[in-house]
Amino acid sequence: MLEIRNLHVKLEEEDKVILRGVDLTIGAGEVHAIMGPNGSGKSTLSYVLAGRDGYEVTEGSARLEGRELLDMEPEERAAAGLFLAFQYPVEIPGVGNMTFLRTAVNAQRKARGEEELSAGDFLKVVREKARTLKIDAEMLKRPVNVGFSGGEKKRNEILQMAMLEPRMCILDETDSGLDVDAMKLVADGVNALRSDDRSFLVITHYQRLLDHIKPDVVHIMAAGRIIRTGGPELALEVENNGYADILGEVG
Amino acid sequence: MALPKAKEDALAARLAALPALSGKGWLAAARAEALARLQAMGLPARRDEYWRYTDPASLNAPEPLPAQRFDVTDEAAPFDGMDRLKIVFVDGVFDAAASDDLALAGVSIERLATTGDTDIHWAQGLYGTLEARGQTPVPRPLAALNSAFATDGVLIHVTGRAAKPISLVYIHKSETSDAILHHCVKLGPGAELTLLENGPAAARFSKVMEVDIADGASFHHIRIQGRDHERRAVTHLFARLGAKSELRSFTLTANGRLTRNEAVVELTGDEGRAHLAGATVGDGEFHHDDTVFITHAAVACESRQVFKKVLMNGATGVFQGKILVKPGAQKTDGYQISQSLLLDEDSQFLAKPELEIYADDVKCSHGSTSGAIDETALFYLQSRGVPRRRAQALLVLAFLAEAIEEIADEAIAEDIRARLERWLARHGSR
Repeated sequence: MLEIRNLHVKLEEEDKVILRGVDLTIGAGEVHAIMGPNGSGKSTLSYVLAGRDGYEVTEGSARLEGRELLDMEPEERAAAGLFLAFQYPVEIPGVGNMTFLRTAVNAQRKARGEEELSAGDFLKVVREKARTLKIDAEMLKRPVNVGFSGGEKKRNEILQMAMLEPRMCILDETDSGLDVDAMKLVADGVNALRSDDRSFLVITHYQRLLDHIKPDVVHIMAAGRIIRTGGPELALEVENNGYADILGEVG
Repeated sequence: MALPKAKEDALAARLAALPALSGKGWLAAARAEALARLQAMGLPARRDEYWRYTDPASLNAPEPLPAQRFDVTDEAAPFDGMDRLKIVFVDGVFDAAASDDLALAGVSIERLATTGDTDIHWAQGLYGTLEARGQTPVPRPLAALNSAFATDGVLIHVTGRAAKPISLVYIHKSETSDAILHHCVKLGPGAELTLLENGPAAARFSKVMEVDIADGASFHHIRIQGRDHERRAVTHLFARLGAKSELRSFTLTANGRLTRNEAVVELTGDEGRAHLAGATVGDGEFHHDDTVFITHAAVACESRQVFKKVLMNGATGVFQGKILVKPGAQKTDGYQISQSLLLDEDSQFLAKPELEIYADDVKCSHGSTSGAIDETALFYLQSRGVPRRRAQALLVLAFLAEAIEEIADEAIAEDIRARLERWLARHGSR
C-alpha cells in the first residue's frame, strides 16, 4: 500500500534536516504504529506525506499503491486515497462543517471521475456515520472545528475519514488531549474502518492508544530514522522502560 | 473664504464642461443652492483630509476617461427573475422601453427630469437638503456637484408597504459616457421599501441618493456595482432616520477601476437602526473606497458598519468610517468592522476608523484588520481533497460572510454568494 524509501527531508526556510533516510513498507490491511520521543520527526513524516508546504524532500520516494505521492498536490494525494488525521485539527470560521464535508467528498469523487453525491444521499450517509461517532446534528452545522472540544475535534477527524473512505490513513497523535472515554470512542471509530484493503499508520507518543487500536507492526523512530521495528510487544517495552533504553541500545 | 487658486481653476474647468442649469421650477432653486455650496468648497483634492487615500483627479476632470463596456454573457443579470418594478437608465439616460410603468400601489414614482419644472413638489423638501446637512463637518463637494447638475433620477414617495422592490438598472453602453443621477426616496411613517440597484451605469458615474425614513419606516437597499468593468464612480447615500425606523444597505462591488462610495447617516429618532455593509472583491487595477459617517443624535439607536474587501494583484481598498455620538445620545450601540483579505503582497488596504463620543452611556466598538489567507486552513482543506482554488474560494466566502449576512432577503444573499463564488473561480492568485 505505502512504500517509503530512503526519505530525507529538511525544512525549507532553515538548514535543518529532520528526516534522515526513512524506510517503511505498509501492506494492504495492516496497521503500523510509529512511536518515538519528541522531535524524532514523526509529525514531519505525516506532513510530508500529506504535502504540507515548508518542507523540502532532498532524497527518496513515497509511493501509494505504486504512485509517487511526493510529486502530487495535497488534494491529489487525498484523491489518490491518502488521509491525514491532524494532531491539531484546524478551525475554519465561516465554513460550515457540513459544507466542508460535502465539498471534500464531492471534490474527491470528481477527481476520481465518479458522480457527485446528491444533497439527500450525502445527508443520509453523514448522519448515520456521525451517529456512531456520537457527533450530533448541532456539531455538523457549526463552522469547522470552531468551539469544538479536543475530543469533538478528533471525532470530527474520524468522521471525515469515514466519509472520505481513504485507502491509507495516517493518524497523527490522535490520542493527544483525549481522556480515556474520548480515546475509546475515537479508537472504536478507527477500528470500525479497518478492512483488508485499508491500511493505517498510527503515530503516537504513548502506548495507551495502541491498547485500543491494535497494531500489526510497531516502529520506533528517533533522530529522523526508524531505528527498530517489531511487533506489539515493542510498544509495551517502551511503556515499561521509556525510550532511553532503546535509544541507548542503538546509539 | 476664497478658494486656493488651484481649486478655483479646477472648479472653473469642470464647470465650463457642464451644461448650463435650467432656469425654472422648484429644482432650479435647489440647483442654484447646490452650486453655491460647491463654489464655496471647490472640488476635492488629495490634500483634503478624506481624500488622502483616493485620488479624485479622474472624478474631477472635465471629461471622463474612457471605459470599455463589458458585456456579461456568462451569468444572468442580478435580480433577474425577481418580481420587481424595473427602471432602466442607459448611460444615465432613462430608457422608457426597457422600464416598467412607474406605477406601484402605495408608492408614487416620478422622474426628476419630468417634474423639476413644476412650481411645487414634495421632493423640494428633500432634494439637496440631506446632502447640504451632510456637508458638515466633512465637505462632500462631489455630492453638491451632483445636486447642481444631475440630469435625471427617480423621486420615490412611499406611504404604505411597497408590494415589490423597485429595481434601478444602470446600463453602460458608450465608452465615454458621463452620467449624473440624483434620487430622492421619502418613506412615510411605517412605510416599507426595498430598493435594488445594479450595473456600472457609465464610463463615469456620479450618483446621489437622499433617503428620508420617517418613524417606524423601513428601507432596505441592495446594490450590485457591476462586475468586470473599467468605470469610475462616486456615489453618496444620505439618510435620515426617524424613531424606530430601519435602514439596511448592502453593496457588492466586483472590480471597477475606481469606486468611492460615501454613506452619511443620521439617526434622529430614538431606537432607530442603521446597518451598512459592503463586500468587495478587486483584482488588479482596482481602487475601492468606502467612506462612512454615522451620527447618533437620539437615544438607544443601533448602528453597524461591516465592510470586507478581498484584494489581489495590486488592488487597493480604502475604508474611512466614523461613528459620531452626540451629547445626549445615550444607550447608543455602535459597531464598526472593516477588514481586508490580501491575496498577495502587491495589494493594499488603508483604513481610518474613527469614534467621536459625547455621551457617557454608550457601547461602541470598532476594529480593522488586514491579513493574508490562512495557509493552515488552506492546507487542511486541500488535504481533504478540495482543490486549492476552490479551497481559497471557500475561505474567501467565509471571510465575506459577515457582510453578506446583513442582507435580509435570503434568496438575494444566496445569489450574491453564488456570484462571488463564480467571480473567485475566474480570478485568483496562483
